[in-house]
Amino acid sequence: MVPTSHLLVFSLALFIVGLAGVLTRRNAIIVLMGIELMMNSANINFIAFSRQLGDLAGQVFSVFTIVVAAGEVAVGLAIIIALYRNKDTINIDEINIMKG
Amino acid sequence: MSDFLWLIPLCPALGFLVNGLIGRKLSKRAVSAVACGVVLLSFLLSVAAVAQLAAMPAGERVMENRALTWIPRVDSGGGPPGLALDWLYVLDPLSAVMILVVTGVGFLIHVYSIGYMWEEQGYWRYFTYLNLFMAMMLTLVLGGSFAVMFVGWEGVGLCSYLLIGYYHTRTDCADAGRKAFITNRIGDLAFVAGTLTLFALFGTLEFRPILAAVASGEGPYWVLAAVGLALFVGACGKSAQIPLYVWLPDAMAGPTPVSALIHAATMVTAGVYMVCRLAPLYLAAPVALTVVAIVGAATALFAATIGIAQNDIKKVLAYSTVSQLGYMFVAAGVGAFGAAVFHLTTHAFFKALLFLGSGAVIHALHHEQDMMKMGGLKAKLPVTHAVFLCGWAAIAGVPLTSGFFSKDEILWKSFLWSPLLWASAAATAVITAFYMTRLMGLTFWGRSRMDHHAEAHVHEVPGVMKWPLIILAALALLGGFLSVPPALGGDLMPFTLEGWLHPVFTPATYAASGHHGAHGGDAGHAGEEHGGHHGAAAEYGLMLLASTLAVLTMWLGWRLYDRHPEKAAAWKERFAGIHGVLKNKYWVDELYDAVVIRSFYSLCRAAHVLDVRVVDGVVHLVRNVTVGTSYLSVFWDTWVVDGLVNLTGRTVRAGSGVLRRLQTGLAQSYASAMVLGLFLLICVYMYMS
Repeated sequence: MVPTSHLLVFSLALFIVGLAGVLTRRNAIIVLMGIELMMNSANINFIAFSRQLGDLAGQVFSVFTIVVAAGEVAVGLAIIIALYRNKDTINIDEINIMKG
Repeated sequence: MSDFLWLIPLCPALGFLVNGLIGRKLSKRAVSAVACGVVLLSFLLSVAAVAQLAAMPAGERVMENRALTWIPRVDSGGGPPGLALDWLYVLDPLSAVMILVVTGVGFLIHVYSIGYMWEEQGYWRYFTYLNLFMAMMLTLVLGGSFAVMFVGWEGVGLCSYLLIGYYHTRTDCADAGRKAFITNRIGDLAFVAGTLTLFALFGTLEFRPILAAVASGEGPYWVLAAVGLALFVGACGKSAQIPLYVWLPDAMAGPTPVSALIHAATMVTAGVYMVCRLAPLYLAAPVALTVVAIVGAATALFAATIGIAQNDIKKVLAYSTVSQLGYMFVAAGVGAFGAAVFHLTTHAFFKALLFLGSGAVIHALHHEQDMMKMGGLKAKLPVTHAVFLCGWAAIAGVPLTSGFFSKDEILWKSFLWSPLLWASAAATAVITAFYMTRLMGLTFWGRSRMDHHAEAHVHEVPGVMKWPLIILAALALLGGFLSVPPALGGDLMPFTLEGWLHPVFTPATYAASGHHGAHGGDAGHAGEEHGGHHGAAAEYGLMLLASTLAVLTMWLGWRLYDRHPEKAAAWKERFAGIHGVLKNKYWVDELYDAVVIRSFYSLCRAAHVLDVRVVDGVVHLVRNVTVGTSYLSVFWDTWVVDGLVNLTGRTVRAGSGVLRRLQTGLAQSYASAMVLGLFLLICVYMYMS
């Protein structure tokens, strides 16, 4: 059986990949994909500890998180479409309308 | 029924209102009808009132009429009594004589004025002032308290000023008006001071309570004497006595009927009236009375001598008026108040006559007043000459004329007081006879000195001016029989002015305050008994002496100015020095100019310097200090207060310039910051645990 620590290292690596994507990519869709990766690394953590502790609550949580992630992606993509319509770009460096 | 007294002054007041408000639009006939009508009405009312008064018993002849409440009495709550005034009119024998003289002579002069002023500018204005004068004069003599009297007193002063300056486009007239007004103010100051002192003493301004208190011995002697003197100074101003007489000769700048009415017959006698009205007060303070007598005698003699050397016909009469007023004060001063009022009355007749006569001459000669340019008018103006003769005889004291009786009464009473005073008064009488004869001679007799052009236009006066002259001439001749002295059978006469007036001047009348038949230790009465006792021989002797002297002087004057004018000129040459002094009126005007007016101007200049240097200096100093401190304040405001505010602003702006950079608007930079922060938190957490 794969030890829990391996699963945790895997999830950490996945999280860092996602984070790097969020922080460095210019394409807003790829940033969204990075966020998905970070969420899934969290899901892996839930499931790893659920398996080790023999408690199904962790798996329930991960299913719940997937549902939330689906909603989040829907909202995120809608925002990106709206941005594109207004600014003709989805390059995140060119979008600074949050500046006061 | 005494409640119609207020109508007597009201009638002319209404005339004043009508003529003053719409007179400009009315015809001259309507103006004259209104002006003369109201005065006639007032005269008739006066006659009615006096008739009622005469019907009363002798000791109780007083009619009071509280027409209005002027200042209501306020309860002072135990403090000193407050001032309460009623608009009180009182008719007693004295004011009865005064209102008859004022309205009677006043009416004649109003009628005369119609003819005299017909051609003048502002005809309605003249009659407006004249009516106002009548209203004020009647208020003065009917006023039952100092306050009401003072209203009239100031009112007649105002009218005098307005009428002297009637020809207001001429500087000398306007100046004369101002001189009269200002001189009177000096007297009025003393008058008010005396009045207020009496109020402080007795807590009322009404005559009867004050006189009752004085008559029953209240009031400290020296205060009463001071009050008497102060009031006499007021009388000096109004009645033109030394030293305040200077305005009256100048007042002749006004129209001649005004000189007759205001500056001879009525207003100038107000001072005499006032002294007589306050007889008990003066009897309680004989010192003041002595001053009155001496000032009166001095003025009489002084003014008479000036009259000798004047060439202006009205100036002669003006100095004569001053002199005759002095006579009245002599009478009042020796306690013969009845004689003073008697002379006041006869003087009103003959002096009004003389002034109106001179007005007729001036009118005939087209406003020529210089007697040196007259002469020989007897043939051209027979009526004027005839009435002038009556006036001349009366003022000189020819036996049986009015002036004879009144003047003789004064001479006799002054002789009883002091032979020296008699000598002075008798000398005045002789000088009076002389200058009046000179006036007659220069005006009517001798040869004409007019140029032919003027002579051709000489004309006798119209009827409207003639009849008042004739009536006044009759009064001047016969007025003396109003009060025949006992020595000449006065006891047999049904009426004497002396007897009529006697209760008014008797302190006992007031002390008894209405009690009937009060006789007793009565000073005035006792004095008369004493006088009668002196023996009629002395009185006859003095009477004869004075009359003879007067008639002799008249004869001498007639010789000089009618028969031998060259001798008069020679006499003038011989006494050139004295003549110069008299002609220049003793340089009193110049003296007043040098002493009073110049020093007043110097005072004004000193005050001006004080104003410019000190007062203005202080004001400027305050201004400079204020401006200086305001500069400091501006500096503080600009650099310190504004600096602090700006410093705050700059600090905030500089700080925000740094912090603004953080808000880039880029989501990734925010995310980086979040990650970094999370990382730091985890580090801290791990380090702590």
